[in-house]
Amino acid sequence: MDMALEIAVAAIKIFIVLNVVQLVVAYTIYVERKVIAHAQMRLGPMRVGWHGLLQPIADGLKLFLKEDIIPDKADRIVFVLAPVMVLVPAFVVYAVLPFSATFYITQINIGLFFILAISSLGVFGIVMAGWASNSKYSLLGALRSAAQMLSYEIFLGFSVIGPLMLAGSMNLQEIVHAQSDVWFVFYQPIAFIVFFIAAMAETNRAPFDLPEAETELVAGFHTEYSGMKFAFFFLAEYANMFVVSTVGIVLFFGGWEGPDFIPLPGFVWYVLKLSVFMFVFIWLRATLPRYRYDQLMRVGWKFMFPLVMLNIFLTGFLKYLFL
Amino acid sequence: MVGVANVSRIEQQSTVHGTEELVINMGPQHPSTHGVLRVILKLDGETVNDLDCDIGYLHRGTEKIGENITYTMFIPYTDRLDYIAAPSNNLAWVTAVEKFFDWEIPMRAQYIRSMVGELSRIASHLLWLATHALDIGAMTVFLWCFREREMVLDLFETAFGGRLTVNAFRLGGLHEDVPDKFLQLTQEFIDIFPSRIDDYETLLTNNRIWLQRTRDVGIISAEDAMDLGLTGPIIRGSGVSWDLRRAKPYAAYPYLDFVVPVGENGDIYDRYLVRIEELRQSTRIIQQCLEQLPGGPVTCKTPRTIKPPEGEIYHSIENPKGEFGFYIVSDGTTTPYRVRIRPPSFINLGGLKKLCVGQLVADVVAIIGSIDIVLGECDR
Repeated sequence: MDMALEIAVAAIKIFIVLNVVQLVVAYTIYVERKVIAHAQMRLGPMRVGWHGLLQPIADGLKLFLKEDIIPDKADRIVFVLAPVMVLVPAFVVYAVLPFSATFYITQINIGLFFILAISSLGVFGIVMAGWASNSKYSLLGALRSAAQMLSYEIFLGFSVIGPLMLAGSMNLQEIVHAQSDVWFVFYQPIAFIVFFIAAMAETNRAPFDLPEAETELVAGFHTEYSGMKFAFFFLAEYANMFVVSTVGIVLFFGGWEGPDFIPLPGFVWYVLKLSVFMFVFIWLRATLPRYRYDQLMRVGWKFMFPLVMLNIFLTGFLKYLFL
Repeated sequence: MVGVANVSRIEQQSTVHGTEELVINMGPQHPSTHGVLRVILKLDGETVNDLDCDIGYLHRGTEKIGENITYTMFIPYTDRLDYIAAPSNNLAWVTAVEKFFDWEIPMRAQYIRSMVGELSRIASHLLWLATHALDIGAMTVFLWCFREREMVLDLFETAFGGRLTVNAFRLGGLHEDVPDKFLQLTQEFIDIFPSRIDDYETLLTNNRIWLQRTRDVGIISAEDAMDLGLTGPIIRGSGVSWDLRRAKPYAAYPYLDFVVPVGENGDIYDRYLVRIEELRQSTRIIQQCLEQLPGGPVTCKTPRTIKPPEGEIYHSIENPKGEFGFYIVSDGTTTPYRVRIRPPSFINLGGLKKLCVGQLVADVVAIIGSIDIVLGECDR
């Protein structure tokens, strides 16, 4: 009986989280369009609803109704499977994300490891999409994407080691509790910088959006996708942005905990911090040009990799000395 | 002997697991080929081994049309060549035809021609900066530039009625004097424009990513640039101070003070700096025109039917994109016997292969942007 109850509660939670995430993703796209529009001195979506507030719903409806084209020479099975392969890991990761002290789907003692492991599966979908499309633009985009995401996953993985060493746990809840006095971003500035850059590259966001560099490769790996399949890639990208932002908040900014003198519920703190992260993502996209492929690799391997290694060494050394 | 054996083994391997160049078709429908340029790229991974330009998608037979209509009727057709900077084309045509005669063009008309020519340079460079930055991924510059370009187009509208294809000048001067409002609005525009150039520069000039994308990319030496006949900001970016406004002054340029900016390395960044400085210099020129603008008529006495004497002339001016010239053969009738256009975009595009081979795909886009082509003039 307990078992059934637990499953029911979990199912309800999953239902809530999935739907909320999808809605929030849709409205993040709206916010992104608005923020970038105002950076560029224009209005952005204004027609559908008050100040274009219904725009995401109209867009979603449009994508649903669009003809679903599969290119003639495409590998049909892989072509259909690829968007699913991208979207599913992006959402599975939400299982362990802590949104507040009490609200999370589940809690496992290797939470962070689980996130890294599952989110790295997304790259398979992208490579599959690029290959199955049987298009040169898609293939080039997918190759770039694979190289980029694999490389930056390494830095992402190494950059979280510093905070992990301080917290002494992979459980996301415990990592947050370990920061109740001081946020780890003050102990681990280098790790945070590397983490943030790697997170941008990992989610294919500007200035690292070269897998889908529209001026060179049309739309990169999803050139041949339309309708809901395209929407899947889009959803996955934004869902991944939320994941890396949440991980960043948990590891470096004390998760849902805020300063004691401002009594706000944990969930509100989480949303506030998340908004700041998302705003920075959007802001950078409005400001920066795009890196070139070889420069991206050089930045990664020649600059970030030594830096993050140094950070691990320093963290260990200082911890040994002072703690 | 060992070496030979190794070579043959490598050859054998490469025939078994043969590698091929990837041929990619860029354009004519591609977001960053600036119109209907088609580039066929041969890639080794992401490196460009060879490329081929396929042009002519916008060919309208402008030169042939010119042979069948009168000299005055051809002015609107020149609008459609470099449609980004239409008044400059008008200027090239009218000054070329005027070379057949010994008309004395009134100074007021000359100053207005220079002023409008510089406004069209600003309009053209703004569109270049907008699209070039967008190609490299900086989205915001695009719309900022369009904001100011819109102001320039509004100025054209005030003065001549048209925005894109303005049909600005007539043989012998202007159609009619510009309204006072135009001069006033131009003054307002150039008062704010320098600060707007600073805005663009804050986003790009010292941006590390922009520097990495443009420095030491697409280098062409001064010698190569001259051999290929490149003109305009490209050759100035390579350090050759060649500007027809200085070398063969026309309109009011002999009386105007301006600097011809030159680069050093001839890379994309230098061409970028040259064009940004040209924006500032154009503002200076317009300011001087406004200050020195004399009164009086805007057109000289011209015959009702324009019949140039038999003969041929070549006349070129400094368009925003380079040397824009007309070669006209007259047989003494009201229509030219032959009109030949020297389009800067077409000839500058000839340098594309030299600039691109050995670079990466992403650079090709940046290089096309830095050449600043417009296909209307390239295909004619």
